[in-house]
Amino acid sequence: MDQTLPSIPQPREAPPEPLPVLNNGSGKPAVKQFDKSLQDANVGALTATGIETFQINVGRFCNQTCKHCHVDAGPDRIDETMSRETFELCLEAIRRVGRPAVDLTGGAPELNPNFRWFVEAAGQLGCHLIDRCNLTVLLLSSQRGLAEFLACHRVEVVASLPYFLGQRTDAQRGDGVFEKSIRALRKLNSLGYGVPGSGLTLNLVYNPTGAFLPPDQTALEVDFKRELRSRHGIEFNSLYTITNMPIHRFLDFLVRSGNYERYMERLVNAFNPAAAGGVMCRKMVSVGWDGRLHDCDFNLVLGLEVGFGSPRHIRDFSPALLSGRRIVTGQHCYGCTAGSGSSCGGSTV
Amino acid sequence: MAEYYRPEDLARFAEMGADAPELWEKFDAWYGAVFKAGALSEREKCLIALAVAHAVQCPYCIDAYTQNCLEKGSNVEQMTEAVHVASAIKGGSALIHGLQMRNTAATLSM
Repeated sequence: MDQTLPSIPQPREAPPEPLPVLNNGSGKPAVKQFDKSLQDANVGALTATGIETFQINVGRFCNQTCKHCHVDAGPDRIDETMSRETFELCLEAIRRVGRPAVDLTGGAPELNPNFRWFVEAAGQLGCHLIDRCNLTVLLLSSQRGLAEFLACHRVEVVASLPYFLGQRTDAQRGDGVFEKSIRALRKLNSLGYGVPGSGLTLNLVYNPTGAFLPPDQTALEVDFKRELRSRHGIEFNSLYTITNMPIHRFLDFLVRSGNYERYMERLVNAFNPAAAGGVMCRKMVSVGWDGRLHDCDFNLVLGLEVGFGSPRHIRDFSPALLSGRRIVTGQHCYGCTAGSGSSCGGSTV
Repeated sequence: MAEYYRPEDLARFAEMGADAPELWEKFDAWYGAVFKAGALSEREKCLIALAVAHAVQCPYCIDAYTQNCLEKGSNVEQMTEAVHVASAIKGGSALIHGLQMRNTAATLSM
């Protein structure tokens, strides 16, 4: 929240369990069922069309504790981290899929002790690699050489930066994060990231810093490029606008601030059938730190495994069975279908 | 009636079409066209709407266009400046009427 605006109560120790809140509302009637919206829009049940992206959530351990984090990640989540054995099963699954894009997320994926080994191994399979980076991890003394390592392996960096002003960024991600993020971006630029012709891709992610939908991605990208260049001399490739999911810490904020019903109504009223047809889960599979398979990272953190007869663990991975699977949906799916749509790659419409 | 303004009424705006559907449809189509990007961007139009909402002191419009401005990418600093523009015009508008007072006073005075 903007520091000049009135503050809301501080977070509880643990966010509420999301599914009971989403399915019942906060003491008021629940919003229209997501599957009913699909049906009314003649979209029908969502099914996968293939596995273009193989997303791996390597664990909830993170050096930051962002207020909107759908993973509920933080420095205390050290035990929930992917083992070498599970990574090896992932490599085998990737070989069987072909050459999907490999999307590494967390937590801070770089803090998994197997991160660099896995990047090298997946890179040898010819996969395009994506690192969802919180930027400040690049400055940790324990991660010396990380930015150079990413550049050396041509890893695409998708970095979180909710705004080009410090106040709003720190309000979401923690005091001092903006200044560190700028230092990390300068480091990435110095290695060629975001520089035309370098082949090193640096994309930024905008999340709204409150209970509202993201602006138009193209218009906001123009603002980000102009402001980051003029204020800090920073270059990047593309901006992805991503809608905040009403789960975990962001849901906690919505409930505490009295915005829950209004936000859900906003998502439901902005339901876009075209966005529903283009949701990211139709082209990906998501593997949790424990090897369980999910339709997306949001289902992962909600504990919703792939369903309808699909294999549910990486040891049983089957490209054929997963490529055309029916997607498990819930009320949170409105987050990906509102307005211009939302995905790990930004808007979808 | 316990209160004149109720937040939940904002979502009921379309009920104004219940007894005058043709007029409502014309208003709705015109309103939608007004806010589409043209010579001005959608963001600029939302900032104008936010300023006007304060000038006409409509709580529904302030609620709606605060959210719309944020969703069009404006920040609170920009929105605050827009409200100051509305306030300046409101204040200036009151003040320039002081010339009517002065003219009348001059007419009435010896």
